[in-house]
Amino acid sequence: MRLALDHVDVELDGRRIVEDVSLEVASGERLALLGPSGAGKSTLLRVVSGLERPTAGRVLIDGADVTGVPAHRRGIGLVFQDAALFPHRTVAENVGFGPKVAGLLRAERAARVAEALALVGLEDAGARDPTTLSGGEAQRVALARALAPRPGALLLDEPLGALDGPLRLRLQEDLRALFERLSLTVVHVTHDVGEAFALGDRVAILRAGRVAQVARPDELWARPADDWVARFLGMRNVARDGDRATVTRPEAVRLVPGSGATVLAADRDGPLVRFRLRRDDGVELEAVALGDAAEPGARVGVEIDPAGVLEVPVWEAGL
Amino acid sequence: MTRPATVCCKVGVAVVTAVGAVALAAGCGGGGEAPKEVVLVTHDSFAISKDVKAAFERESGLTLRILQGGDANEMLNRALLTAGDPQGDAIFGIDDSVLSRAVDGDLLDAYRSPELAAVQPDFSSPDRHVTPIDHGEVCLNVDRAWFASHRIPPPKTLADLVEARYRNLLVVENPATSSPGLAFLLATIATYGDRWEAYWRALRANGVLAVDGWEEAYTQQFSGAAGSPGKRPIVVSYASSPAAEVIFASKPTTTAPTAAVEDGCYRQVEYAGVLRGARNEEGAKELIDFLLSRRFQADVPGSMFVYPVREGVALPEAFVKYALVPQDPLALPAAEIDANRDRWLAAWTDVVVR
Amino acid sequence: MDRRRRALSPGQRAARAATVAIPVAFLAVFFAWPLVAILERSLVTDGTLDVPWDVLTAESTREIAWFTLWQATVSTILTLLAGLPLAWALSRFSFPGRSLVEALVLVPFVLPTVVVATAFVALLPDGMEHSVWAILLAHVFFNVAVVVRIVGAYWAALDRRLWDAAVTLGAGPGQRQLRLTLPLLAPALASAASIAFLFCFTSFGVILVLGGIRYATLETEIYNQAARLFDLRTAAALALIQLAAVAAVVIVSGVLERRLGGGRRRGGRAPHPVRGERLVVGAVVGVSLLLLALPPAALVVRSLQVSGGYGLRHFASLFDTTPALLVTPWHAVVNSLLFATAATAIALGVGVPAALAIARGSRGLDVTLMLPLGASAAMLGFGFLLAFGDPPLDIRSSLVIVPLAQALVATPFVVRSLVPALRARDPRLPEAAAVLGATPAQVRREIELPLVARPLAVAAGLAFAVALGEFGATVFVFRADWPTVPVAIVRFLGRPGEDNVGTAMALCVVLMALVTVVALVSQRALGRGAR
Repeated sequence: MRLALDHVDVELDGRRIVEDVSLEVASGERLALLGPSGAGKSTLLRVVSGLERPTAGRVLIDGADVTGVPAHRRGIGLVFQDAALFPHRTVAENVGFGPKVAGLLRAERAARVAEALALVGLEDAGARDPTTLSGGEAQRVALARALAPRPGALLLDEPLGALDGPLRLRLQEDLRALFERLSLTVVHVTHDVGEAFALGDRVAILRAGRVAQVARPDELWARPADDWVARFLGMRNVARDGDRATVTRPEAVRLVPGSGATVLAADRDGPLVRFRLRRDDGVELEAVALGDAAEPGARVGVEIDPAGVLEVPVWEAGL
Repeated sequence: MTRPATVCCKVGVAVVTAVGAVALAAGCGGGGEAPKEVVLVTHDSFAISKDVKAAFERESGLTLRILQGGDANEMLNRALLTAGDPQGDAIFGIDDSVLSRAVDGDLLDAYRSPELAAVQPDFSSPDRHVTPIDHGEVCLNVDRAWFASHRIPPPKTLADLVEARYRNLLVVENPATSSPGLAFLLATIATYGDRWEAYWRALRANGVLAVDGWEEAYTQQFSGAAGSPGKRPIVVSYASSPAAEVIFASKPTTTAPTAAVEDGCYRQVEYAGVLRGARNEEGAKELIDFLLSRRFQADVPGSMFVYPVREGVALPEAFVKYALVPQDPLALPAAEIDANRDRWLAAWTDVVVR
Repeated sequence: MDRRRRALSPGQRAARAATVAIPVAFLAVFFAWPLVAILERSLVTDGTLDVPWDVLTAESTREIAWFTLWQATVSTILTLLAGLPLAWALSRFSFPGRSLVEALVLVPFVLPTVVVATAFVALLPDGMEHSVWAILLAHVFFNVAVVVRIVGAYWAALDRRLWDAAVTLGAGPGQRQLRLTLPLLAPALASAASIAFLFCFTSFGVILVLGGIRYATLETEIYNQAARLFDLRTAAALALIQLAAVAAVVIVSGVLERRLGGGRRRGGRAPHPVRGERLVVGAVVGVSLLLLALPPAALVVRSLQVSGGYGLRHFASLFDTTPALLVTPWHAVVNSLLFATAATAIALGVGVPAALAIARGSRGLDVTLMLPLGASAAMLGFGFLLAFGDPPLDIRSSLVIVPLAQALVATPFVVRSLVPALRARDPRLPEAAAVLGATPAQVRREIELPLVARPLAVAAGLAFAVALGEFGATVFVFRADWPTVPVAIVRFLGRPGEDNVGTAMALCVVLMALVTVVALVSQRALGRGAR
């Protein structure tokens, strides 16, 4: 299923939430919608699913204008942020809801439920009461429920937002594997850069209702559209100078023996170490390197790979 | 999210429509050509035996519908509120103490029943708008067992009540809110004249308890009523109450647990009348004639514990045996009551409550 | 959830308008019109308004108003204190017989006031039966159910992890209650307190019986002036004071509830109490039940008392004809069930749209619907007599007026029990259903209705029970050939003789049993569908 938004505006209570957004998602592609809260990500997802009607612009599915088609006739699945399971039904009844309203027979429904629950690794949870599920389990059931009607596209609104550390990473892995297996068209809303990069073939960065940049993760990292995007992606080495900004990617800052900079902090992040340095000219830099951490206060030399330095425009509204 | 509203509103519309339809239907029922029913407005104490009611309906061809609304006083007030556009056709239960209000309130049409000829001379009608139907006497009742076990003779007169040995034994009703309460106050006024306030001051000093209504006085405070938790052995009630104690006793009994005191009994006569603006005026007249008929008059003691006004109607056995028929009950002229009621009530409240 | 306003289809707009129009029309016809009719009759002479300033400013008026306010305030505080422990035990723990206890708590609330007052007179020691204490105690007895129901339901829906969090943050038990429980429960406390206050403020039967001739509230004095003394002018003046006071209370409590905000709505299962708790929960439930059970138990005992022993004779006599009524007492039971069913249907038909409108933000409607609770039944009854005497609404002597009057009293309960549930609805659930392919009709049938089924059942049960026990309004409009149980009880109590009292007590017991069954059924009927 191919999805497209064509110059979409959404106004709610006279406030413009989404402004002139055009996006395309190819069949089988996974697009991550990344942005700070309040950027209009969820609203955009609601527009695609049909829960919200745009004030202007069109929604297209496989090239056909579906702007006026209600949600229940779009065949698109949606997973809400905190699951939104029906509390008065069992897990199996939740998952079987889509097939049921689609008019499938009991046996077929049961097969679909079993299949969907198996996909999320909860084969035995069918009889459980949704209020007894853990956060991760609830989110998996929500996913199974969205998958059971076999939608042409799946929308996920911060599906991992309510989860914590290791569980979040594990579910992220599971999601990626699942999407690859099902080759579904996926639009996935998140405010977490890592999650967006991990799950999106392409990432669309949304800022104040507008698209700031759409690109593959590598491209984004290599060429952020402006200083705001760079900072939002987590880059610290951004220096403004009038209407231009210089961005130095942390992996382009290399530590060498010698002096010229003082280590302020060095934190291990898996195999990597994240350094915060102060150059003797007073400029603070962030660096990422493999290898050993250093004590704060240690003196090091700094080399910068020019390939990792780029000039970008300044976004006026600022962060 | 507005979806459920649709369903609920449909239900709501349906209900409101249904109510409206029923209301309309009910409304239209009243406006036929020849009225098929006659409506009697009366108080809560009104009662009629099934067969007696059936007899009236059979003979008149009318359905008798009974509208009850509170005690005699409340019933009259409701009737006064709707004077000229009445809820019913005839009214029953107006007693002397409120008679002038009914007449002055332009509530009734004049009617003279041919049956009046059969009424005892004592009860000749005081006004051409009303017809006497029954009489009952408000009397002190005493708990016989209590007095027997305490070896004190029960009081015989109103004057006895201020004696020290009857301290804290009497419970009366508030005359402002209770019909027997008012009757008892009138009895003391009829007995003591201008000195009635002094008498009540003495009663108060002797520990009289005044409560709001007859129910509470009799069933809660009076020790003689069967099943009552009360502790006071003297109460203001009716001459017929001892008979009721026998008739409604849990176990058949041949002795009344209570007795009425002859002195200080006050007569209340109950009247009926045709309501001005009645939809079925002829039916109302027929009904009043029926209320004076031998059949209804004979039913009056057993149903309402009051006495018939018609001459030569036999009383039931329990009444003859256990109820008191006061020979010379007290009474005040309706005009005097009406002229002084408010002043008397205020004075009573000052003496007894404040 | 309606912070975001979306474009509505004409159909949706019509439906929304209807949710407001239906309750407003109902109140206009069956409340405002009769009230205006009686006020006009009382205060307008020869076309000019006669404002009763003298009554409004009289010393006696001030005294009565002050006593009314005072006793209602104290009663409310005592009711909250008495009800909170039980609300806690019932909402935070699950134990065998919990739903039975929940049902039993409701019994006092719907008993006719006259009956309860009678029970209190029988129970209280000498000299106390006509004291302020008797009034306060009876009010607490009546209104504990309000606290347990409203606060308990809210409490149960609060996320219990909040308390766990507080423990881990080092809050001691006292601090937890003071800093966490009280603020979280504040909206429910405000709601329960305002309802209890309204009941005590407008209390009638209790004051009439237990107040004796010394204590009068606005409501009893209005009745006294209107029905007994026929001084409509004074009655109207007092009624206006009472109505204004009630409106003020409703508005203030509404503001309070909103300002205090809602807690997080996510329950989790009630655990079985553990060792130490078991003792406390047991003690709380035990003591509360004992106190609540005493007056009803006194009634049961008296219903079984026949001279010299015990027996079922008074129950057998329910099927006998009696001079006290035009029909057998058993007919009164059947009548009560019929009227209460009709009243419940009307109350739901009016209350459900109203609750939807209020949940959406129509605050004015909330206040308006509560007003019938504050209008004197006597004045309203008089208003019915004046307003409904002519076609097309010549219903003052018909049977429909009875359920209509009962529905006026029951509707606020429907609204009050539904609004919180409707407000707590998760707007994403129907959306989730829609994206799963459910049509709007399917969403309604499969998701929205089942989710409000339980509050709806509770609302219906409450409305039914209130209608069943309604006396103040019914007594003004009932027809003697169709008495209800409370009317019949008062009739029997008003006649001498042990059998009459016994029959009255037997009817009380039947009424209590009916109420208990209704409460149990309403809790359980749809329990499987929507827990």
